[in-house]
Amino acid sequence: MISAQYLGMPLEVNDLDHENLNYFAYCAKHDFRLQRCASCKLLRYPPTTACPWCSELNSEWVSVEGRGTVHSYTEVHHAIQPAFKPYTPYLVLLVELDTQSDMPTKEEGLRVIGNLVRPDGVLAPKAEVERVGIGSRVRMVFTDVAPGLALPQWTIDETALAGTPWRYRG
Amino acid sequence: MPLPREDVEATTPKFLRDKYAIVGVGETSYTRGSDKSTRALASIAVRNAMADAGLKPSEIDGMLSYQFNDSVFSPFVAGDLGIRLNFYMDVFGGGSSTEALIGIAIGVIEAGLCKTVVIFRSMNGFSQVRIGGTGVRSAIPVSGDMMHSRAYGWQSAGQMFAPTFMRHMHDFGTTAEQVAHVRVAHSHHASNNPKAYYKKRVTAEDVVTSRMICKPLHLLDCCVETDNANAIIVTSAERAKDLKHPLVRIRGVVGRCCKPRADMHYQAGPISTVAGHYAKDILWPNSGVSPEDVDLTGSYDAFTFTTMLQLEDYGFCKKGEGGHYVSDGTIMLGGKRPNNTSGGHLCEGYTHGIAMVIENVRQLRHDADDSCPIGSDGKRQHTYDYREGGCRQVKNAEVSANFGWAMPGTGSAMVMRRG
Ligand SMILES: [Zn+2]
Repeated sequence: MISAQYLGMPLEVNDLDHENLNYFAYCAKHDFRLQRCASCKLLRYPPTTACPWCSELNSEWVSVEGRGTVHSYTEVHHAIQPAFKPYTPYLVLLVELDTQSDMPTKEEGLRVIGNLVRPDGVLAPKAEVERVGIGSRVRMVFTDVAPGLALPQWTIDETALAGTPWRYRG
Repeated sequence: MPLPREDVEATTPKFLRDKYAIVGVGETSYTRGSDKSTRALASIAVRNAMADAGLKPSEIDGMLSYQFNDSVFSPFVAGDLGIRLNFYMDVFGGGSSTEALIGIAIGVIEAGLCKTVVIFRSMNGFSQVRIGGTGVRSAIPVSGDMMHSRAYGWQSAGQMFAPTFMRHMHDFGTTAEQVAHVRVAHSHHASNNPKAYYKKRVTAEDVVTSRMICKPLHLLDCCVETDNANAIIVTSAERAKDLKHPLVRIRGVVGRCCKPRADMHYQAGPISTVAGHYAKDILWPNSGVSPEDVDLTGSYDAFTFTTMLQLEDYGFCKKGEGGHYVSDGTIMLGGKRPNNTSGGHLCEGYTHGIAMVIENVRQLRHDADDSCPIGSDGKRQHTYDYREGGCRQVKNAEVSANFGWAMPGTGSAMVMRRG
């Protein structure tokens, strides 16, 4: 059982939820791992009991590089959870990993959710939020929530060539 | 891969086409502060639907409802109204449930479980459980699979759907101003609907200058959470012939049709495509009609964008041209194919889709409850003058289509016809 408080929210992963327990245990060590199917060898996100492509139950957890491109996003101005309000506007990013991009079909990929954060895992300030949009290159960092629990997050990849991302300017 | 039009195996085999009808509809008022329990609201709506159909409680023997653990269960409503049930079921879910439950009603009647089914949705969507996620819903612990969504402040419907809307703008150049015309159209319709919660007409500029909620959604791109209950009665067209309204027949139904990876639909793209892309290949062949045959639509408007995306993916325009379709006058009263003539969820009130079906039933009866005078035959004498405060009946409405929305990856649909 993992149980912790984060930004005013109780977070819980119960003892029967083996897939999420394993996932977050690796995240706590800042090691981003996904399940690789024992049969078809495809990686999958988020953690699932069986393989979305072949229904195989067996898988192994393998380390995956936390780099990718913003596939889409929303910029939240009206926060629902009270503790997010001081951080508005904040970004929720849907990031397509470089790993297994366009696989197994052209319209599929590993699209991993996260906020835009500073490298230390705190939600990014407005000036950084306004630099990021569809096409932005990002790298994974972690927000340490409690001993044994960290959330995978995204920060601007300052080493990437700076193209102009697509942003909704309204 | 599209299914061949004449060889579809799905929930509504062709031989059931036109065999079932909607014979009664009813609702409560739309308020923010009902001062009533969901049990009371549901009982009032079901009672109104029975009165509308001219059916006695003893003539109803089936009941279906849908909810998010936020409403009364069928046995209490049946008890309130003296209905003895041969069948009931209360299912989990919100938007996209109405059409799906109509399909289930057809199925259970066809299977002999009961003869006449009332479907209801009752919610204090403003004063008790707000779907937008504030209040009770934001206090629940974040557990299990929600660790990949709510833990990131990604929780409300608008926040969850926004990546789909953004990607559509990116992929096709759709603009917020174009999509704002959904609100413009629905606000015009609501101004002619005496029971609508918001009756004020708005402009596209009003929409895009309203407060930002989560990009690309402004406040006026979002629907209005209200307290209300609605009910619909389904029975065989054969029985319906003896009842008092013009027959409104069910041509075909799609129920909670999904994109791949319904658990996390963003894994399967294109993410600017919604479930209608799959549902259309069941809906049109089973209904035996095409988009061109449809006189009016009821495309779910939790947000302006949901209406646009569904009209596009069900084939009313080419992929990517939804922004143009909803902003060129087509979906307004007086246009070629009006959408949500009641004002929909954006303006009339939030019902998880059921009121949009009720509106189209009334339209096909040629009895939209607008401000036109009632004649000696008890029917509205429609003027077809759509100026503010006037008529909202679509002239010669014969075929309607409803498109329910649960999320980008899941939708339901139904075609009805008059006669
Ligand atoms: Zn596999």
